[in-house]
Amino acid sequence: MVGSTPPAGVRTGIHLEGLVKTFATPNGPVRAVRGVDIAIAPGETVALLGPNGAGKSTTIDMLLGLAAPDAGTVSLFGGTPEDAIASGRVGAMLQTGSLLRNLSVRELIAMMASLYPRPLAVEEVIELCGLQGAADRRTEKLSGGQAQRVRFACALVSNPELLVLDEPTVAMDVEGRHAFWATMRAFASRGTTIVFATHYLEEADAFADRAVLMARGRVVADGPTTEIKARVGARTIRATLPGVGLDALGALPGVAAAERRGAAVSLRCTDSDAAIRALLTAFPAASDIEISGAGLEEAFLELTGGGDEDDDDLAEAAA
Amino acid sequence: MSSLAYTRYELLRAFRNKRFFLFSLGFPLLLYVITAAPNKDETNLQGTGLSAPLYFMVSMASWGTMTAMLGTGARIAGEREVGWNRQLRISPLTPFSYLRAKVAISYLMAGLSVVLLYSAGVILGVRLPADEWLGMTGLILVGLVPFAAAGVLLGHKLNTDTIGPALGGGTAILALVSGTWFPVDKSGFLHDIAVDLPSYWLVQANRVALGGDGWPLRGWLVVAVWSVVLTVLAARAYRADTGRA
Repeated sequence: MVGSTPPAGVRTGIHLEGLVKTFATPNGPVRAVRGVDIAIAPGETVALLGPNGAGKSTTIDMLLGLAAPDAGTVSLFGGTPEDAIASGRVGAMLQTGSLLRNLSVRELIAMMASLYPRPLAVEEVIELCGLQGAADRRTEKLSGGQAQRVRFACALVSNPELLVLDEPTVAMDVEGRHAFWATMRAFASRGTTIVFATHYLEEADAFADRAVLMARGRVVADGPTTEIKARVGARTIRATLPGVGLDALGALPGVAAAERRGAAVSLRCTDSDAAIRALLTAFPAASDIEISGAGLEEAFLELTGGGDEDDDDLAEAAA
Repeated sequence: MSSLAYTRYELLRAFRNKRFFLFSLGFPLLLYVITAAPNKDETNLQGTGLSAPLYFMVSMASWGTMTAMLGTGARIAGEREVGWNRQLRISPLTPFSYLRAKVAISYLMAGLSVVLLYSAGVILGVRLPADEWLGMTGLILVGLVPFAAAGVLLGHKLNTDTIGPALGGGTAILALVSGTWFPVDKSGFLHDIAVDLPSYWLVQANRVALGGDGWPLRGWLVVAVWSVVLTVLAARAYRADTGRA
């Protein structure tokens, strides 16, 4: 037993405890992060999921030591973020920022590689990020999607133990997004701990082991992505179906609640697949059927139960 | 991991920025030719004991190098604007290596500017013994330390919109007060202000050619105090600057 526990006082992985951050703005203080606790084990891939203004970027800034928390602590591999960064164990792709000009893609990646103690081979990273065709192009002559991939390459070339990505696919088209996550999957298999922020539930679902849901500066749910998806992935079936009792509809499998407005019924589902099959079997007369996913924002509102008194000031908190 | 590699890439970037080169080196040279060539035969410019080509060679060198040093600020402000400073903060690059690269480029540009102006000076008839060329250059390089720090400081305090006018206006005033365009009188209001400015002592590097030791104690003190104060402020500005621009 003794041999299997880490030495006293040394912690592995990432621990965010009681983080609070408030920004002063001309319209009064904005409480961007109000008490965030997240623990991430080595090798885990965690999605920070939340709408704009949830406090994701501010949390990432504190994780990386770019912002000092007003309260709470950040521990990376048992030390401070500054120590982890100084020893080259962290690679990050930030949300803001364009590339350094007057260098080719290859030169920029090589420059970043030169800053780290154990970098990956530059050519390997170029290939991994699908930049073979653009390697000799100047950074100022890239398309938005290419620039984003170069930013990813800059984070990757550091060969980090912890890779942090703040909304990495935000400027990418659908195709670019797929290619990006395929690259990430290849990289994650090396055992790197990955933390990424996103406001796409699909990305968290497809890529992360675990999702931490943030809204209004707090963690509102934290668990395996499947669980989170079930919680926020609720769908609604709408149909025209006169003359059927709400009790009968509400009792269908996969339906959580039923409502009627004239001839139209609306079924809020926990399992829309099961519900639609049961609905059509039981009531073949149902017409004008529509199935819609609840937006993430909507799901968050539900999870967080609507309103704190000072929500409005958070809308632009971490944007 | 080599922190010198970063300096190497920064140099590469600077050399590729042709407009930066052209403006940084071209303007002082052009102004020198305009001010000195018409007075080529003036051997005692306004009682300084120096020929016009020599006086303006040193004063334009001081102006050109001062501008080159402060130009670092514009480059830093630009990098901050696009968030590149934050990318570097999350790398193991130390503040020392970062600032060394910036200052190295400033000094390189300053050195090139000096060489160009000296060459133009020789063409216009400036003749000095080797030790005086060297002594003058040494004083200029030392006198640039406060400007290197000021460049870093302003680059962190101002943004790309404000740093242009600030540097343009600032250097114009400093040059005017410090004897760049015409020698400062030996006494009077302007003189009293000038002697406490590092830019004045840059121009006064020309005293070497008068056969003296260059700067008196006052000059060394003024340059030292400005160097220390601005370096402390620059270091503070660098440390405080981690926010999203």
